[in-house]
Amino acid sequence: MSAEEEHSALELGLLLEAIYQKYHYDFRQYAEASLRRRLSAALVQLRCATLSDLQRRVLHEPKAFSELLRFLTVQVSELFRDPPYYRAIRERVLPYLRTYPSIKIWVAGCSTGEEAYSLAIILQEEGLLDRAMIYATDINGESLRAAEAGVYQSDRFARFSENYLAAGGRGSLSEFYTANYASAVMDRSLRKAILFSDHSLATDSTFAEVELVSCRNVLIYFERELQERAIGVLRDSLCRKGFLGLGSKETLRFSAHAPAFTEFASDERIYQRI
Amino acid sequence: MVTTPRPIDALVIGGSAGALEVLMTVLPALPRDLSAAVVIVLHLAPHKPSYLRDVLSQRTALAVREPDDKEPMLPGTVYVGPPNYHLLIERNRTLALSVDDAVNFSRPSIDVLFESAAEALGPSVAGVLLTGANDDGARGLARIRASGGITVVQSPETASASAMPEAGIRAAAIDHVLPPERIGPLLVELAKRSGGSR
Repeated sequence: MSAEEEHSALELGLLLEAIYQKYHYDFRQYAEASLRRRLSAALVQLRCATLSDLQRRVLHEPKAFSELLRFLTVQVSELFRDPPYYRAIRERVLPYLRTYPSIKIWVAGCSTGEEAYSLAIILQEEGLLDRAMIYATDINGESLRAAEAGVYQSDRFARFSENYLAAGGRGSLSEFYTANYASAVMDRSLRKAILFSDHSLATDSTFAEVELVSCRNVLIYFERELQERAIGVLRDSLCRKGFLGLGSKETLRFSAHAPAFTEFASDERIYQRI
Repeated sequence: MVTTPRPIDALVIGGSAGALEVLMTVLPALPRDLSAAVVIVLHLAPHKPSYLRDVLSQRTALAVREPDDKEPMLPGTVYVGPPNYHLLIERNRTLALSVDDAVNFSRPSIDVLFESAAEALGPSVAGVLLTGANDDGARGLARIRASGGITVVQSPETASASAMPEAGIRAAAIDHVLPPERIGPLLVELAKRSGGSR
């Protein structure tokens, strides 16, 4: 390691440690390549020259920390991102879940709510929403509030609608939202079925037993060790024969938890707890 | 001190309009026992499945993979970035993916791959920027050069869209400006160089 690299590793470590100690958000085991990109963007936005400057600012200005948190946590997703995944949930997973008296689903790392609403729409169309409860969790309170509001920009709905149909939607997506000029709000019947709350896969443990966990494109931001911790929490939250859905490029192949699961829909990265 | 150049063990390649055709010329030149990994990002339609892996497999003796997150980056293997994800390289020589915002209107973005490669692997990287219609990749190429890596650009007059290689040439000191048929042989040379300090 060159002196400069050593310096930069040290600065990064100190910043993350400071954030953890002061605000109890733990980014210390986040995958470094993406984390560094996000921090570089934050440096520009917060007008800091170095990570040490940024550290000083977030320690003294909680507002600067909220802004930084946005850079570190917010992902913009889509309704029905990766339609084959949602098609597999509808056509292959729900026939199992239908046999349960009540269905509990956990969307881990829900960001601004797109994934949770997508699942709620499928459940509604399959006549299961009235006996379903979706827990949608994230570490960013601001994202959770946005998710709870269920308001998205109107210009995103052309894409959402295309995804919905490709995912096997039975009607028209427009049945599930009300559009005003620039924005659209998701239907109240969907919002009622979703409980949004704060939860960290890095520091919290399991809080409920569920039949399906959907955790998509969250683990890619974690280093291996933190991934293992998170997958352990997801596993412990699943009932026997419960399902775990991951992002389309995420896999349990490299995980020590792999033996606890079978591949249920391998292309769609849906696993079943043994 | 001996000045044998350090071997290159990651060849990162980026391109956009017309780059698939160039890869069809470059990849057949790479031998099965290539001691470097090849990591490729092309601008793709984000919502369509990519046939890149299948198309490229037919033109190379090397294994071609669309990697999963955290997949180890192995020599003699070609990795192509999946559509709608950024592809990055980590210090521990694994591949990482992200769904962060598009960079230069692209996801995958060439800058994201190149900058992460420079950060993670420093002087053991060669960056290759091919034909393309915007300036994605130029900043990344400059980063690779600044970290001691090798920079290669397709000669603009041979590019079906010259904006990308020209932007690369403006942004960074370029070690090699070459037509497609000479890029493959150069990469083989770079991967072969014996170890030692630079």
